[in-house]
Amino acid sequence: MTETQMPQANAAPRPALPARASLRDHAIRYGFIVLLVGMVLFFSLSTSGFTSPQSAVFILQSVSITGILALGVTATLVVGGFDLSIGSVATTAMMASSYAMVVMGLDGWTAVALCLAIGAIVGVINGVLIVYMRVPDLLATLGMMFLLVGLQRIPTEGRSIATGMTMPDGSTANGTFSPEFLALGRHRFDFFQPNLLPVSVVMLIALAILIWFFLEYTRFGRMMYAVGSNERAAQLAGAPVKAYKIWAYVISGVFASIGGILLAARLGRGDIASGNNLLLDSVAAALIGFAVLGAAKPNAFGTAIGALFVGILLQGLTMMNAPYYTQDFVKGAVLVVALVFTFALSKRGRR
Amino acid sequence: MDEEAVFRIAGLHKAFGPIPVLRGVDLTLKSGAVTVLMGANGAGKSTLVKIVSGVYARDGGAMILAGEAFEPATPAEAMRAGVVTVHQNINDGVVADLDVATNLTLDRLSGKGAPLLFNPRAVRRQARLVAERMDLTLDLSAMVGDLPLADRQMVSIARAMAHEPKVLILDEPTSSLSSAEANRLFDLIDRLRARGVAILYISHRMSDIRRLADRIVSLRDGRITGVFEGEKLDYEGAVNAMLGQKINLNAVAVREGGQAILDVKALRIAPTSKPFSFTLGDGEIVAVTGLVGVGKTALAESLFGARRPLGGQMTLDGRAYAPRDTGLAIASGVFLVAKDRSDNGIVPDFNIYENMSLPFLRRLSSFSVSRRDRERAEAQRQIASLAIVCRSERDEMDMLSGGNQQKVMVARWLTQASRVLILDEPFQGVDIAARRDIAKKLRASAAGRATLVFLTELDEAFECADRILVMSEHTIVGEHRNSQIDMDRLLAEIAGQHEAAEQ
Repeated sequence: MTETQMPQANAAPRPALPARASLRDHAIRYGFIVLLVGMVLFFSLSTSGFTSPQSAVFILQSVSITGILALGVTATLVVGGFDLSIGSVATTAMMASSYAMVVMGLDGWTAVALCLAIGAIVGVINGVLIVYMRVPDLLATLGMMFLLVGLQRIPTEGRSIATGMTMPDGSTANGTFSPEFLALGRHRFDFFQPNLLPVSVVMLIALAILIWFFLEYTRFGRMMYAVGSNERAAQLAGAPVKAYKIWAYVISGVFASIGGILLAARLGRGDIASGNNLLLDSVAAALIGFAVLGAAKPNAFGTAIGALFVGILLQGLTMMNAPYYTQDFVKGAVLVVALVFTFALSKRGRR
Repeated sequence: MDEEAVFRIAGLHKAFGPIPVLRGVDLTLKSGAVTVLMGANGAGKSTLVKIVSGVYARDGGAMILAGEAFEPATPAEAMRAGVVTVHQNINDGVVADLDVATNLTLDRLSGKGAPLLFNPRAVRRQARLVAERMDLTLDLSAMVGDLPLADRQMVSIARAMAHEPKVLILDEPTSSLSSAEANRLFDLIDRLRARGVAILYISHRMSDIRRLADRIVSLRDGRITGVFEGEKLDYEGAVNAMLGQKINLNAVAVREGGQAILDVKALRIAPTSKPFSFTLGDGEIVAVTGLVGVGKTALAESLFGARRPLGGQMTLDGRAYAPRDTGLAIASGVFLVAKDRSDNGIVPDFNIYENMSLPFLRRLSSFSVSRRDRERAEAQRQIASLAIVCRSERDEMDMLSGGNQQKVMVARWLTQASRVLILDEPFQGVDIAARRDIAKKLRASAAGRATLVFLTELDEAFECADRILVMSEHTIVGEHRNSQIDMDRLLAEIAGQHEAAEQ
């Protein structure tokens, strides 16, 4: 509403405004996409090798786990909630799958099923805390995050899990990561070139399409948006609001555990120090997604673009020899700019 | 110009983008007089108020306050210059978590010259002065959040009056008050008028207008279309000037209810209330009237499964009906147009057709994949049949005027056939033209269902109902046919005097 506050002396209002207004609409709508394309052009011109398929796949792979977590947290943002526990769900899944295979000697598929179950259960607990115990979403999932960070260290007394490790009782863990499980992290599909696409990238693309279709084109997704926008109105329109909210946290938990499985498969061990940045990176991707196409609300397409945006920027900067420790600063700056796009310029900010 | 005119507006223009809202408004306010501003929703009342109170800047025209140019850039400047506005939403004018005394003196806690430290004793002393001057008898240490709406409004007006304004603007101040509460407000306005304040009073309610108006100004399509003053005010003329057409009241051809659809027996909705029974027939429109807070919404929500009744049985089409949640009520064909559309109805992130299809997505979807083509076609039908003013079914809700938003809310529940259609205060914050469109549509589509309308305003009940039930103290105390109304009995029942008569 800034332009309406300017006092104008002449009486007759001329309809000169629309052109400017629609220019601004276009800026809000396509600004981020243009920025993305501009960035790709800039990096391709100023570095060599940026535009190769290998480089593209590398970028996708670098954002795949973050992106999957971000797609999950998007579901909770849609119902007006938030999930801070995704990072620790992912690392818990990583530790649990390693423990299942290395210490308990289970096979890979059982380990995967176990992790997915952990993600779903954590989601249900988060949902119940928020919906029935009336704990605010940020606090409930913060508590869950803390709890899981601690829980995943208890079975091994804080040690990382790898074949041949010494257990707290002095025995040696002799189990191994099953080959099928490791393939999730290491197999590459042929795509135009042999051995190009890693499983995690295929997974990211599949899950992005899945959640995008779910949120945009099914009645369940529409209802979740309604719950997030006006919960009371959704309830009075017959929606089981509590169930929708709990499902959103289950989606978030399951997506996070998929991320954790892929992380474990890529590393081939249960590394206690991995995954520290997952939460912040994925939340940033989902929030950057608000700005894409001027949506001003959580959306799966935006989240995917947001994750990609950060990946491309970091890859480009790395190829231009920017030191690693500037990365978080760059991500933060992108997030702040995206939030300004969303809240100051779009219509949501003016409401 | 006459010398009493303390505030004068000439040739005021305002446009939002390409849409002109005010097209040259001329208005004068006189001290010691209540000028009522009437206008349908979308006529430009809110825009006018926002310009005068410094929220919006004008595009053209002049404003003169007590002989000097009045050009507020912010609401605070307008207030300092002597133009104070009490907005429609009562809770915007008070801070619920602070006590009455702090609320009354809130404006002195900020701005230039405000003391650094907060002295509760001084605040209490100043607050008492403000309260006494306004004859306000409230506990100054009570939390505003614990007060009834009417008292909150008194606090917000008293706080506004602490600035000793020359002009006081009240924007639909009675829209959420009961009639007893409104009477207290009117007494307060009388006292302010006697003190020489120029008051601009914006309302749709004829009863308010008859009680208060010294002058009436009608606004239509951004222009003043009529100024009425003198000994005997021409109310009908004012309404006509506002609508640009004749309205005929009591045009209802009263119908008999057909076969019973919903039968309610010995229902109890509050721990201390008496059980009550009623039956709704096919094709009839039954209004439930009563003061604010007598349990009308509780009854509406009990029928709709949004609240559990404490006792009693309901039968829908001969089968037991006890919905555990709203989804089951909708599946049984019982629909509710909830009151307070912005809280309970509108999904702000959704456009018109998405708002309309919300309860019926399951029916409109194929294998759970939503079918926007069907939703849009249905919305287009409803837009045409209720004469909703919009560019297309994809317009955002916040682009619509209040009356048109309400039409969308009603249309939402007309898209599918219902057995019982319940409407809770469907005419709240709706201009007369939209109100008549909605009432006409309800009557035209009434066959095949029972319609139950909860209304606080009696006029609205007379305009649309076949039968009128009266509620008092969470129970039904009277029933009237809309053709032969015993006004004395009806008013006594509303006022709760039936109890005294029975004992």
